[in-house]
Amino acid sequence: MTRIDAQTIEDIAIGAALLGTGGGGDPYVGKLMALQAVKEYGPVTLISPDEVPDEAVVVPTAMMGAPTVLIEKVPNGEEVFRAFNGLKNYLGKDIFATLPIEAGGVNSMIPIAVAARLGIPLVDCDGMGRAFPELQMVTFHLYGVSATPMVIADEKGNTIILETINNFWTESLARNATVVMGGSVMLSIYPMTGKVLKKAGIKNIVSYSAKIGKVIREARQRGENPAEALLKATGGFELFKGKVVDVLRRTEGGFARGEAKIEGIEEYKGEVLQVKFQNENLVAIRGERVVATVPDLICIVNLETAIPITTEGLRYGNRVLVLGIPCDEKWRTPEGLETVGPRYFGYDLDYVPVEVLAQGGEKQ
Amino acid sequence: MSYRLGIDVGGTNTDAVIIDERLNLIARVKTPTTKDVTTGIYTALSRVLSEAGINKDEIAYAMLGTTHCTNAIVERKRLCRVGILRIGKPATGAIAPMAAWPPDLVKAIGEEYYLVSGGHEFDGREIAAFDPEEVSSAARAFKSKVDAVAIISVFSPISADHEKRAAGIIENELGNIPISLSHEIGSIGLLERENATILNAALAEVARTTALGFKTALEQEGVKNARVYLCQNDGTLMSIDYAIRYPILTIACGPTNSIRGASFLSGQQNAIVLDVGGTTSDIGIIVNGFPRESSVAVEIGGVRTNFRMPDLISIGLGGGTIIQEVNGDIRIGPESVGYRLTEEALVFGGNVLTATDIAVRLGLAEIGDPSLVSHIEEKFARRCLHKMMQLVNEAIDKMKLSAEPLPLILVGGGSILVTDEIEGVSKIIRPAHYDVANALGAAIAQVSGQVERIFALSEISREEALKQARAMACEEAVKAGAEPSTVQVVEVEDVPLAYLPGNATRIRVKAAGDLRQV
Repeated sequence: MTRIDAQTIEDIAIGAALLGTGGGGDPYVGKLMALQAVKEYGPVTLISPDEVPDEAVVVPTAMMGAPTVLIEKVPNGEEVFRAFNGLKNYLGKDIFATLPIEAGGVNSMIPIAVAARLGIPLVDCDGMGRAFPELQMVTFHLYGVSATPMVIADEKGNTIILETINNFWTESLARNATVVMGGSVMLSIYPMTGKVLKKAGIKNIVSYSAKIGKVIREARQRGENPAEALLKATGGFELFKGKVVDVLRRTEGGFARGEAKIEGIEEYKGEVLQVKFQNENLVAIRGERVVATVPDLICIVNLETAIPITTEGLRYGNRVLVLGIPCDEKWRTPEGLETVGPRYFGYDLDYVPVEVLAQGGEKQ
Repeated sequence: MSYRLGIDVGGTNTDAVIIDERLNLIARVKTPTTKDVTTGIYTALSRVLSEAGINKDEIAYAMLGTTHCTNAIVERKRLCRVGILRIGKPATGAIAPMAAWPPDLVKAIGEEYYLVSGGHEFDGREIAAFDPEEVSSAARAFKSKVDAVAIISVFSPISADHEKRAAGIIENELGNIPISLSHEIGSIGLLERENATILNAALAEVARTTALGFKTALEQEGVKNARVYLCQNDGTLMSIDYAIRYPILTIACGPTNSIRGASFLSGQQNAIVLDVGGTTSDIGIIVNGFPRESSVAVEIGGVRTNFRMPDLISIGLGGGTIIQEVNGDIRIGPESVGYRLTEEALVFGGNVLTATDIAVRLGLAEIGDPSLVSHIEEKFARRCLHKMMQLVNEAIDKMKLSAEPLPLILVGGGSILVTDEIEGVSKIIRPAHYDVANALGAAIAQVSGQVERIFALSEISREEALKQARAMACEEAVKAGAEPSTVQVVEVEDVPLAYLPGNATRIRVKAAGDLRQV
């Protein structure tokens, strides 16, 4: 059991930006909400999933919609409580704790504000270990947990309770409701028991985020290049160092797709790395060779400060370090790869773990 | 003949020039910048007029690029108390205005804040109906407690309707009070735009005294027919009335003027500009004659904002940069002797080794007494110079858009330090009058107009959306005083918005043109 205070929130925000792998939204607005909540209601208690009683109910809370809307139409702060309490009333049960649905981006922050305000614990666990763009892309889905009943709330006071036949319907209905409600809403989703969470969640991810942020902050305070420490803290692999020379973007089906071309520097001089993204970074190709694919994490950070760069923030001239971080084992199962593997995103590639590729391993 | 007068205030020097209608340089002066800034401006004005010896009635335009506003924010001095009206209820309450500001700045501005109903969705629908009564009651609460008002409505870059209506009501209630509207200042991103709008409102008094002071000074010097302008940070001008309303747009106009002046002096429309001063060097990029804008949030006085700023890298290398040898390693700056160069540098009989001394030792410049640096080993001097050039090379490479080499234009008093040892540039241009490029940049500034809107590409084609945005931007430029035949679109940016169906895209277009002849 640890405490999440203002400094930890700052650290988690940096870690979450890295785990956002280019997407997930800038945690800035969420961070200010979490900071305001902790200032008013005191620090949040972070508990391990093992501390959640088997029969207790936990509910992840999250924001859904366009990050661009969130940074303009800032929430009033009540939406997420209405979503949370709405689900509690519908279930007719007390909710023991909340947790992030995804560790990457703005959704790392929303549950901290909820936990502070309601005085409930935050569970050190999520359903992605990173960020993904769709509701069913969670490890809970792999274990047959239903996203519904879920509650969607907007700032106007509207709430919607969804009961669906499967998680793909949930995604589609919720996505459309989000647009009608103004492009950015709050959710309580995937209600489950402690027993299921222990099996289906990705553990220790909040403390992992905080560790990443802390390592970057402390290296900067010491005036060192944080890259080395970052690789060590994440267990990741250096994929490339270079300068962004071209970024192509297009919108398809409401998603920002595109690719960045990075020209190598130092030991990578003369080489080119291509990173393909759809909100999140999906595939990295060095020359002709694939060096990492989703669901492994492909993270682009500033070469000097190790501060993560989002796909929207990628621009010509950025000097970057590209990291590949192994994803959770749950994603490496056949069901996992069917849900978030390269083929789901439209790439005709077999998944090979980043650590195998890093040792020069080829496609099987 | 008609003339233009340009003045630019830098950290070390205040420069002034007079050019004729064919843009030939008639007179130029450099005077030290004074602590109050104003005295230095008046001195430069008076000296450049006497040097030019022209008929003062023939000065048609007078332009000033100044640091008054930046200094006021950084020093927290002479700021207005601001009434903040945010239109967005029932949204936005989770984060109060000025949430992440330094406390001393919040204290200077006050905490008079009201959140009222209204604002828009991303697609232009109303979040809630606008309520005139709520705005009136906020206005009455502001009475005698604030000196200026900032109005910020959700998604006002898409629909400014509620901001404009609120401004009308506040004018009715409070009479002639400076009002800042966020849609005219920043882009999408409520908190950053709000920050910039509050700062803008806080600068109303500084802007008024600076602009009117400049006008009065011109009249006292006998310049009575000139139209008076202040420089903005995008290389274009604003009238006194406009400057009083949008003072924040003057921040960072100095580096912009240098970049524009460099472009003018060299005749290059696309280039890298290296401006070497006394303490730092600024590196910027000129794209189609205008400075490239920064695309990330910019902090001013500890406050995160998102209004346009030139994209610059500053490195700690200037004429006064101190050079030390530490355990056999050469350390370049970042400390500088600054304006004390003429007392402390070796070539002036001082005892601090500076970048200027190295340049003199290697025969790159003739400043002070070269015999005072002849004892420096040539090999050591070369090593220092190499290290200095490494700093410059790295910074230039960071700023480039692609591997394709661009010309490099060298300006600023310290640019004599820079040798031809620069990589990745197609050529190095050292124009005449390089040391007053900034004041020239002020004198040749244009006027511009800008639009930023979100278009749904499912309803109109991208080409049609761009066409509409271009036409709107050109219209804005003409409204601002541009000669219609010279107006050109200088910047187009479109960013697809993630997670929204209907293929929504944000398009931003800027157009600029020469001042209409009078």
